[in-house]
Amino acid sequence: MNHDLKERLFFLLLRLVTYSMVLVIGFILFDIVRKGLPVISLGFLLDAPRQSGAEGGIFPAIVGTFYLVIGTLIIALPLGIASAVYLTEYAEQGRFTQIVRMAILTLAGVPSIVFGLFGLGLFVIFCQFGASILSGSLTLACMVLPTIIVASEEALRAVPQSLREGSLALGATKWQTIRKNVLPYAVSGMLTGSILGIGRAAGETAPILLTAAAFYLPKLPTSIFDQVMALPYHLYILATQHPAAHKVIPMQYGTSLVLLTLVLGFSMSAILLRAYFRKKYRW
Amino acid sequence: MNELGFSDKAMRLLLLGAASMSILIVLLIFLFLGKEAIPFAEKPGLLALLDSRWIPVSFQQPRFGLLPLLAGSTLITVLATIFTVPLSICGAMYIADLASPLEREILKPFIEILAAIPSVVLGFFGLLVVAPFIKELFHLPSGLSALTGAVLLALMAVPTVISISEDAIRSVPLAYKKASLALGASQLQTMLRVTVPAALPGIVAAVMLGMGRIIGETMVVLMVTGNAGIITWQPAESVRTMTATIAAEMGEVPFGSVHYSALFWVGLVLLLITFGLNVIAQRVLKKYGMMQ
Repeated sequence: MNHDLKERLFFLLLRLVTYSMVLVIGFILFDIVRKGLPVISLGFLLDAPRQSGAEGGIFPAIVGTFYLVIGTLIIALPLGIASAVYLTEYAEQGRFTQIVRMAILTLAGVPSIVFGLFGLGLFVIFCQFGASILSGSLTLACMVLPTIIVASEEALRAVPQSLREGSLALGATKWQTIRKNVLPYAVSGMLTGSILGIGRAAGETAPILLTAAAFYLPKLPTSIFDQVMALPYHLYILATQHPAAHKVIPMQYGTSLVLLTLVLGFSMSAILLRAYFRKKYRW
Repeated sequence: MNELGFSDKAMRLLLLGAASMSILIVLLIFLFLGKEAIPFAEKPGLLALLDSRWIPVSFQQPRFGLLPLLAGSTLITVLATIFTVPLSICGAMYIADLASPLEREILKPFIEILAAIPSVVLGFFGLLVVAPFIKELFHLPSGLSALTGAVLLALMAVPTVISISEDAIRSVPLAYKKASLALGASQLQTMLRVTVPAALPGIVAAVMLGMGRIIGETMVVLMVTGNAGIITWQPAESVRTMTATIAAEMGEVPFGSVHYSALFWVGLVLLLITFGLNVIAQRVLKKYGMMQ
């Protein structure tokens, strides 16, 4: 039948489009793995760059990214989780809650380079932290805060109401209830959701461009007021600003692969953890 | 008992304080962008921003017209949106209505991987693979063009748009579909005439959120669009966006100079545009009850 044929053709088109996107993603990953893998060696991972990145490794950049991620985590995680607890457990529907929600949505939409400008104006210049791990982490923390809040809220809402009611009925205060009967069951969900946000922080370039990153530092940072090297920034400079950019292409692929592995590793582990915890807690 | 009541109240206040931080950060963003931008409004005056050229460093008269940057951002955003919309809607329709449950479980996270790839890696891939490919394909003098940027930005926006559109399509009440099928409509007719129109507000909001991501994206455009500060509507030409301008020039300007202040104006305009897009998208989602 003619109509039937049209339908099947259309469905085939949808399937083709969807799978071609999958193919493109596959190709990007494949290309970076294929050309990056030969570069990866212990020396590449554990040496400092030599000859402005043309030789040696990327160890300081890995360490720098690690410091920035830890810094971001320390600032954003408690703040995000506390906000989520307030919003799900305490907040009444009203003006204030509405404004908080509006603010979170606004933050989620602010372009990363604007976070960079903001970090430059507030942390680097006004607070006089200079371009440093502290400024970079604070800037990244502001950026990932909405992700962490939304993920934590979801985890808190998944805890059945009856657990709260049981505790309150036994005479526990609100905070006791939250601490003993809600948070322990939500913590896994909050962490996995937050890992996704943290992965994003590890891969961002624009916010640290103006607040933390340096292309080459002779030694590893020793305090939170030091500048750092970071993987995304290292890759950006190697690919666009390096005087012999096409000669260091293997180094670029190697750096890409390490960064990609790190970021996707975060996401994958979050997805796997989520699946594991979903099986563990079933209400 | 009293002590318990006290700690309960203290905790409540502490959490309230944490929740207020988001408001504070938003206010501080506007405040500090505004603070660094004000000197420009005093000295060359705001009219200088309407110049048709952006030549921040010049021996004669530096010019700080935002128009070429706005034009660059607009061209790239429009192109990228044109690529994103059909791809995303097809993908969302397939995943929501046609894919088997197992297929969906695999496809969704796989497409979300695309969203997790850092933009600098995508920019690097664009520089080495996509730009030469586009140069060959269209016989251009250089692959660093608005088109290359738009293709890569579309890749970045697709996961966001698919994921929200798919949610919207799946949240269409099953009764609508059943009613349509019961009346003798085919599956295709039901999808095109019932499901997708019913999910349209959600899809529109998804596209707007995707556009917000595209217009605010920095590293990809900085790396692959060539950054020529001219007003053009040719996809094959090199353009310079607002985001790339800030990223490329902020590192080199003297603190407190006119140029420095002008870059904060660029940031402010960018912030207002994305803010507007987000507010409208959220309104749409809320109005049609598609907020989670």
